[in-house]
Amino acid sequence: MTAADAPPRDWRDQIYTVLKDYQIQQIAYVPDAGHSSVIRSAVADPDIHDIVLTTEEEGVAIVCGAWLGGQRAALLMQSSGVGNCVNMFSLLQSCRFPFFTLVTMRGEYAEFNHWQCPMGQATQGALALMGITVLRASRPEDVAEIVSAGLEAAFVGGQRVAVLLSQSLIGRKQWGSK
Amino acid sequence: MMDQSEAATAIDRREFVADLVAQCPKALVITGLGSPSYDVFAAGDRPRNFYLWGAMGGAAGVGLGLALAQPEQSVVVITGDGEQLMGLGCLATIGVKNPKNLTIVVLDNGHFGETGMQRSHTSLGTDLVAVAQNCSIQHTALVRDMADVPGLAERIHARRGTALVQVIIKPDDVARTLPPRDGVYLKNRLRHELGFPVL
Repeated sequence: MTAADAPPRDWRDQIYTVLKDYQIQQIAYVPDAGHSSVIRSAVADPDIHDIVLTTEEEGVAIVCGAWLGGQRAALLMQSSGVGNCVNMFSLLQSCRFPFFTLVTMRGEYAEFNHWQCPMGQATQGALALMGITVLRASRPEDVAEIVSAGLEAAFVGGQRVAVLLSQSLIGRKQWGSK
Repeated sequence: MMDQSEAATAIDRREFVADLVAQCPKALVITGLGSPSYDVFAAGDRPRNFYLWGAMGGAAGVGLGLALAQPEQSVVVITGDGEQLMGLGCLATIGVKNPKNLTIVVLDNGHFGETGMQRSHTSLGTDLVAVAQNCSIQHTALVRDMADVPGLAERIHARRGTALVQVIIKPDDVARTLPPRDGVYLKNRLRHELGFPVL
């Protein structure tokens, strides 16, 4: 079987390939099920610094430090984490740091836990208010391209970019009751 | 926790920072907002300094990202008790990675100096050295004496493991000496110093 015949890999695995294509060397994260494959790959990769965070705002500071030191870094979080970052986002605009974050969405699609909704529904607006360009991927076949476009804008274009991974893409969380 | 008698014998912040920076001429220095930024600038501006004017709680995180990216450089975060308290969780994050080249120096006057000297948690019970130890930060020290500066500088230079150093300073008001506020300039200046392009 040639590479061209290979079945399309899962969008989660494609994200990691694209991050590597863009020479990401640090991956800071607060875990989410939607990020679990990327996190697993990062932890297993000796060329990547994987950095588990206690809160997402630490990650904003860390990825800026990485840039100061000549490395590209990505921040992975869930939509609730965007709210934790708001003031720390000042660092991005004040110093015009390139910035790339991948955000798995909650609170927008078949959400069982309505406590996720206030921040989930404010996520895009909060990012925009803090000067971050928002892209969104909602279909598996679009993920790699949109992540790549975000990385290009961030590290070639010098922008601040968030790629939202729609909750519909990730699928319904199984709670065991209807 | 600092009482009145300790405050009287504590270290002068400007003298300490000037001495430390002078003994670490190659170190990359990240400063926490407020007085630590002024102290480091007062010791002499240098392209290897990156001053924060905001992003409270973020100084140690910036230091971590930089230390991981530049393992052959000594990275020193110089911040205050209030700034570090806002980023306490980051000590746990740093304790996981423990890069050998990162030192966090907390200038601790037990107060929020920039906002009118309200007491902070470090003079109300929090022991930052114990916190750092329990976050598995490799090396911790409490500094009360200027005589400890050469040993600290030697450790920074040797890059022997992540350290958190709590420095008990006098809760004095000192003159503001204001570093550049243009973050883009500060960022690009440091990157240029390390041989990296703007983008």
